[in-house]
Amino acid sequence: MNELFVVSASPHVRGKMNIDLAMRLVIIALVPALSYSVFLFGIRVLIITAISIGASVACEALMQKMLGKKITVTDGSAVLTGLLLAFNLPPAVPLWLPAIGSAFAIIFAKQLFGGLGYNFINPALAGRAFLMASWPLFMTKAWLAPANGTLSGIDGITSATPLSLLKNAANYGDPSIIVRQLNDFDTIKNIFFGNIGGCIGETSALLLLIGGLFLIIIRVVDYRIVVGYLVSVAVLVFVLPTKGTLMFHLFSGGLFLGAFFMATDWVTSPVTHKGRWIFGAGCGILTIIIRIWGGYPEGVSYSILLMNVFTPLIDSLTKERVFGELSKKKGVKK
Amino acid sequence: MAILDSMLKGFVGGVHPPENKITEHGGIETAPIPKKVYIPFSQHTGKPACPLVQKDDVVKIGTKIGESEGYISVPVHASISGKVTGLISHPHPVLGCSLCCIIESNGGEEWEQSITENADYETLSKEDLVNAIKEAGIVGLGGAAFPTHVKLSPPSDKPIDTLIVNGCECEPMLTADHQLMLEQAEDIIKGARMFQKILEAQHLIFGIEDNKKDAAKIFRREGLEVRVLKTKYPQGAEKQLIKAILDREVPRGGLPMDVGCVVQNVGTCYAAFQAVAFNKPLIDRVMTVTGDGIKTPKNVLVRIGTPVIDLIQFCGGYTGKPKMIIFGGPMMGIAQYSEAVPVIKGTSGIIISTQAWDTEEGPCVRCAHCVDVCPMGLMPCEIYKFVQNKNFDKAKEYGVLDCIECGCCAYDCTARIPLVHYLKYGKNEVWRLSK
Repeated sequence: MNELFVVSASPHVRGKMNIDLAMRLVIIALVPALSYSVFLFGIRVLIITAISIGASVACEALMQKMLGKKITVTDGSAVLTGLLLAFNLPPAVPLWLPAIGSAFAIIFAKQLFGGLGYNFINPALAGRAFLMASWPLFMTKAWLAPANGTLSGIDGITSATPLSLLKNAANYGDPSIIVRQLNDFDTIKNIFFGNIGGCIGETSALLLLIGGLFLIIIRVVDYRIVVGYLVSVAVLVFVLPTKGTLMFHLFSGGLFLGAFFMATDWVTSPVTHKGRWIFGAGCGILTIIIRIWGGYPEGVSYSILLMNVFTPLIDSLTKERVFGELSKKKGVKK
Repeated sequence: MAILDSMLKGFVGGVHPPENKITEHGGIETAPIPKKVYIPFSQHTGKPACPLVQKDDVVKIGTKIGESEGYISVPVHASISGKVTGLISHPHPVLGCSLCCIIESNGGEEWEQSITENADYETLSKEDLVNAIKEAGIVGLGGAAFPTHVKLSPPSDKPIDTLIVNGCECEPMLTADHQLMLEQAEDIIKGARMFQKILEAQHLIFGIEDNKKDAAKIFRREGLEVRVLKTKYPQGAEKQLIKAILDREVPRGGLPMDVGCVVQNVGTCYAAFQAVAFNKPLIDRVMTVTGDGIKTPKNVLVRIGTPVIDLIQFCGGYTGKPKMIIFGGPMMGIAQYSEAVPVIKGTSGIIISTQAWDTEEGPCVRCAHCVDVCPMGLMPCEIYKFVQNKNFDKAKEYGVLDCIECGCCAYDCTARIPLVHYLKYGKNEVWRLSK
């Protein structure tokens, strides 16, 4: 009778998935793309990634200390933010750039809003947007040619990535020839496997696809956002006047990185099922609009940031149907 | 997955925790008569029974010791023969503490005289059957302990076409219903047929999960309609079961009778049959004693009011230092603070655990797993925030009252937030404020 028992609320068993594990699994899913990037662009990629992650973790710990919170850097979320930011940087940026980007991402986009779970935009993308606004030259010009190909994926054109080549074809020669070359099977193959220039983590669509599918299967990533994103891009490529083919648009730039790893960020995407379809589709629509009419060749990161801002609105407008709720369609009568 | 599920007519959501049904092939053992029983007057949903005995009264097995108070209430009976040693407030598995009748055994097995076989029970009228069930103190034995006679008396404007007998036992670890189906199928069927007659339902359907195919086979052999359902928690929850079997949705705030069905647990069918055919009140029940903290997990037939410590001794005692005693299953069971709590009518299992759940909760990262698994289509991650901020109007608007407290959300929560705890609290506050 004098034994003391633990009294807690049900349920008394819990599933295996938790935040720490999920963060680690996402990081694992990104490792193939990172490894390939090291092969393409050299050891510099690892240094940039290490600086980005290091700064991210350090800022998180520092902020939590200053704000008098528990230091939770071991949950892996700061590591992931640093890794994703590095994935969004060109490989030849100066080494101080990732540190500043990480600091902005963690301090302003995450910790000042309350830390993990309370940030309203994706910290890594906020960091990227900050760098883009502050040092646009580094962010749009500091490319490196891959070890086994050219920056553009086309022989002979070595000064532009495929998307900027598509946007500014006239600057590089006869536009119609360049566009035809870009949509050529060999170029698409280079883009799909990643033998092109680009940001550190975005080049190989194949490896991102493998990592992304793994995350969908283990339920860390919701398929609705990814499918909504990719399908809306595909539909718009058919409908709207663009010079790129479907394959070109799907595999180029950071679309797979954005669709599988950034748009699906738990904190900044809607929680409802309908909302996640809308969110994904919105990202796709904005991406293509920016790619065709916008000032930048690439639209993935801004499209996601914009949709992040809409997340609370989407959630409140797309509440789930409660079991037994009378719906007009089903006509359940009392 | 959601699309696939609805194609298969099942309910949307749900989880699949490790089953751990270690007592699956155990058979039912009868626990020894306890020296003392503590019988609470409140063991059911509704008003507590009103005590009929005093200190030093002599009672026999089946003597009525508490009379039902009002319509949604049932009487309570002595489960052993002996002397009443007091009516005191004693630990209660659901209510914390409650008025209990303590009976000290005289070591004998004297039954109340009225408890004899009633050979011609089949000739009884509907009203007599319902009355006999009420007088025997029968309640739903699946866990909620709702008085059975109430469920058997739907208003005349709600005709019942289907009686569903619930043999899902979707809670992990519990195997009592499974064993009962294997050993007492005949009486369960008779009880179910009796319910069917009372309700004038055209259809009788057994719902059994596909991890208990042996039980499903027995009922099929008897020519009954059996639906073998996917093993998924909470398949045995009333509304989800009706959805899975009949593809009907009980409207919000409604009852199964609103869609023409009644669901009864297999244990309730058995107990009701015993009540009518043998005039035997509900003085014992089958339950599972299991968990890593108990030496020999068993399915046992236990007298109502037996203190849990007696059962622990009967099952070989603790294996190590016990951390938790849970009444019910791991998903919906209630953690106990004392070894003195007695078994009551609604106790479907007892789990002794040497591990306690680390309850430190993280921040909600909006992973939406709770939204994915909620079988009621709720958004627990939103509701719990409204409750935390004491915004109970919003919580109500988001359907906190529709929560069935199944625990799927908290089971799958990546931040380990005790969501059920918040939602239960929210429900109580909404009720309190609307009074």
